Formats: sequence, C-alpha cells, structure tokens
Amino acid sequence: MSEATRAEVCAVAVAEAFRGDGEILASSFGTVPAVGARLARMTFEPDLLMTDGIATVLESVDPVSGPKPEPVYGAWMNFRTVFDVVWAGTRHVVMIASQIDRYGNQNFACIGPHAKPKAQLLGMRGAPGNTINHKTSYWVPNHSPKTFVEKVDCVSGVGNDRAKALGEAGSRFHDLRRVISNLGVFDFQTPDGAMRLVSVHPGVTVDEVVEQTSFELAMADDVGESRLPTDEELKIMREFLDPEDFMSREVS
Amino acid sequence: MDKRTTERDAVAELRDGMTIGIGGWGSRRKPMSIVREILRTDLKDLTVVTYGGPDAGLLCAFGRVEKLVYGFVSLDSIPLEPHFRKARQAGSFEAAELDEGMLQWGLLAAAHRLPFLPTRAGMGSDVPAINQNLKTVSSPYDDGEELIAMPALDLDVAFIHMNRADEKGNGQFLGPDLYFDDLFCLAAKKRFMTCEEVIPTEDFAKHGSIHTMKINRMMIDGVIEAPGGAHFTECPPDYARDEKFQKEYAATAKDEAAWDAFVSTYLQCADEFEYQKVVKSR
Repeated sequence: MSEATRAEVCAVAVAEAFRGDGEILASSFGTVPAVGARLARMTFEPDLLMTDGIATVLESVDPVSGPKPEPVYGAWMNFRTVFDVVWAGTRHVVMIASQIDRYGNQNFACIGPHAKPKAQLLGMRGAPGNTINHKTSYWVPNHSPKTFVEKVDCVSGVGNDRAKALGEAGSRFHDLRRVISNLGVFDFQTPDGAMRLVSVHPGVTVDEVVEQTSFELAMADDVGESRLPTDEELKIMREFLDPEDFMSREVS
Repeated sequence: MDKRTTERDAVAELRDGMTIGIGGWGSRRKPMSIVREILRTDLKDLTVVTYGGPDAGLLCAFGRVEKLVYGFVSLDSIPLEPHFRKARQAGSFEAAELDEGMLQWGLLAAAHRLPFLPTRAGMGSDVPAINQNLKTVSSPYDDGEELIAMPALDLDVAFIHMNRADEKGNGQFLGPDLYFDDLFCLAAKKRFMTCEEVIPTEDFAKHGSIHTMKINRMMIDGVIEAPGGAHFTECPPDYARDEKFQKEYAATAKDEAAWDAFVSTYLQCADEFEYQKVVKSR
C-alpha cells in the first residue's frame, strides 16, 4: 500500500472518535466523516447504525464513491424518528464547524450579527438539540485562525463552558468528544473543558497548529502523531468506501 | 362532502399579516402551486413557519415575509437556499431561527392546544438570544431542570402537498417520509391539501398500505388537485426533484437579469395550468 493521504489519516481519526460507542446511531456530515464513520462500522464498531440520509437505517454499508451495492434496509427512520433518537441520546454526530472556539462552541449558522449577517451559512439546523442531548464531534477541513476562533459569531453547537453554566441537570447529556481538523486531533479532557491538542497529522508540527489557532490551546501530556491507517483500513477505503477519492476534494 | 377547491380560492382566504405553515421539508414535497399562487397576489407581512426550501426562498425574494420561523432553509442538493441567503444578508425580514426539533415541538404544542412544550433543545445555544420571546420553565419535580418552554406555533392557515387524496380530504403520502405535514394541519385553523391526483376513496389501497394514509378528513378543509404541484421539489414516487430547473432557479440569486427573466417566464403565468405548460415546453 502506498503511504496514507492526509484525508485517509483524517478519516481514521473520525473513525476513532466512534470507538466504544456500540449500538447507537452514527451520523456524519462531510465526506471525510462519512468515510470515517463507515470505516469504524466495518472494523472495530460493527454495531453502529447508519441511515441512508433519507428515511431508512441501512444494514448494508453505502460507499461514498464508486459502485453502490444493493442496499439492505433494517428499519424506517424518517426525520421524526431521528428527532426521537436525538432526544433519547442514542446518537453520536460529527458536524462541520465553520467556526469553533476554545470550549467547543460551534457555529455554522452565520458570520456577523444574526439580524443581518455578513454571510448566511447553513443555519442552526439540529445543532442546539444535538449538542445538549448526545455525543458530538466536529470536523474542520480548513484549520485556520478564522475557523479556530477566540469567539464564535453565533453559537449553534453548545460548548463546554455554556453547558457547565446550565448546571448539572441541564448539562448531564452534553458530551463533546473530539475535533478532527486537517491538521490534527483534539479533545476536551482538561479540568475546565477547554480544547486540547492530542495529536498532529504526519507532516504537521505542533507549532503550525498553534499558529493556525486563534485561542490558547491546551496540550496533551505527549502530543504524538495521529494514528496511521492500517493496511486493512487503507484497503477498505481505497477499494470500497471511496475508490474515487472524493475525500481529497474536501481536504488535501 | 366534496371539499375540492382551487389554488386561487384557497389563497383568497389569506390576509396580510397572517401566520401560515407550509409542509414538506427543504426541496421535498412542497405545496409549490400554492406558493406560486401567493406570488400572483399582493399578500404581504406574512409570518411563515416552515422546514424551509424554495417556498421560503421565493416568498422572501418577493418580499412577502415579515417573519420567518425556521430551523434551516435548504434546497437539499444545494445545501443553502440562495434566495433565502440573499434576503437574510439584506436583513429584509425577521429571522426567528430555531433548532429544527424545536419547530416540531411548537407545532405539536399548537396541535395539542397547549401553551408550550418543554424541551432541552436550544438551552445553552444562541437560539434564546435570537428569539427574545422564548422563556424557560423549571421542572416542578425533584430534578429541577430548567428547560425551554417552546411556545405553540398556532397557524392561521396550513398548506401541504400529498401524492393522493380523495374529495373528502383524506390524504396519502407515497414517498419515504411524511415530514411534519400532519402537525402543520393540526396546528392550523384552516387547512388546504394539494395533491398529485384526486382519487376515489376505495382506490387508496391500490397505491399503498394503510400506513401511508396519514391525513384524515377532519384535518382538511380544502382539497386541490395539482398535478406537478410540488415542482420543482421532489414528490416521489410521482417524480424526482427537477435538478436542472432548481439549478437555474438557484443561479438567479446572483444575476438580476436572469432573475427577471425567470420571474417573467415562470412566475408571471396566469395560473398553475400555464406554469405547468411552460415548464413542460422547456
């Protein structure tokens, strides 16, 4: 196998975010998260559920590019049922962050004041309900001081500081797991729930990550290199999940 | 009872400043023939409640919206509705943006005649800052949790589009998802259902199982036969989204001349029948 691409390293980091999740709904937005979630399902988290993005739970795995196998449907899951799952908490979502801050407050709603934004983005969508109810991770394909910001323009996904302010009852299901960017992997395992650099992808230095981040990053005790895909993982991604390498259009 | 009517007569029930709910989701099974009819009138200052798609985009582009109650406005294959984006960035209407689950809760509260329903969704986010009328409620039980009291979204009029209906007002969806169309009807004082085809009641069973017959006639005041009425949004299994048309529509948000041409070609037709003729002759 040739060396892993940056996108493949990122996909493995997304897969790792689902490790230990068991039988819950894995939802992902973006190409790299889509591959990462499926990779986890096909290797170490076989019990994960995934939908076809329309209204069914797929028991087969749907690749993001290349030939599609005949789908096998396990259950009907319309939007109303997805909301039920969100509120029941049996879900781990990977959303994209257009902006994210030190405590994991995420914005993909708008840039500038909400009443008259400079740039309208996706909107709140389900981010407020997701983050306060179940496990959430983020994917940032373009790590820069403009995406890793001191303060987000609008809080769509709730961060650790705001969750804490809600008190124990209000924050008991809030659970930020990982942030995966094109440069590295981050978590929130710090006393005050601030973001921490866990690993840098091959070819990236810690200094580079710090430079591209507007807020002060906490550091894991031993910031290492992000885990490389195994040969088996590379084979699954290259031969089945993404043979046309759509992932590299999102991150290179 | 024969509840059949027309887009024109249904929209004639609307008044400036009313709150209307529009069924469907994004660019999926939207009652677009009704939206097009609203654009033929001079109705204004509407509050529009929607899982938004081109319904919201068009009404905003024509300046008919005073307040939009929504969680997103998307064309699905184009993630952000470009006419909505343009209107937002111009600050041309009040954006009552909610978490998409809160919208369901507001409709359900209205449907159940409750003043509000409690939800955790929205707590800690900027949703309360955007919607300053939102209040919280504390659990009266031992946990004491503070929750958002999502107020009922009471609608004056609701519009939905079904695959099949009978003249009495029973409706059948044949696609993958009902979305929240039943709740839109239950939340409204007056309810209109457009459909691809009005069929004899006994024929519902030929098209789908009883599980597809989600709209009963207590929920509907008027039935409008509108073949192609959801165009250019999808209405499976009757038709897929008209992606080519949608792309053309989306591109007009950045090109004034193209927008004028789009409006004069498609949105200044005398009625829905003419619109369908023009669309077919492309």
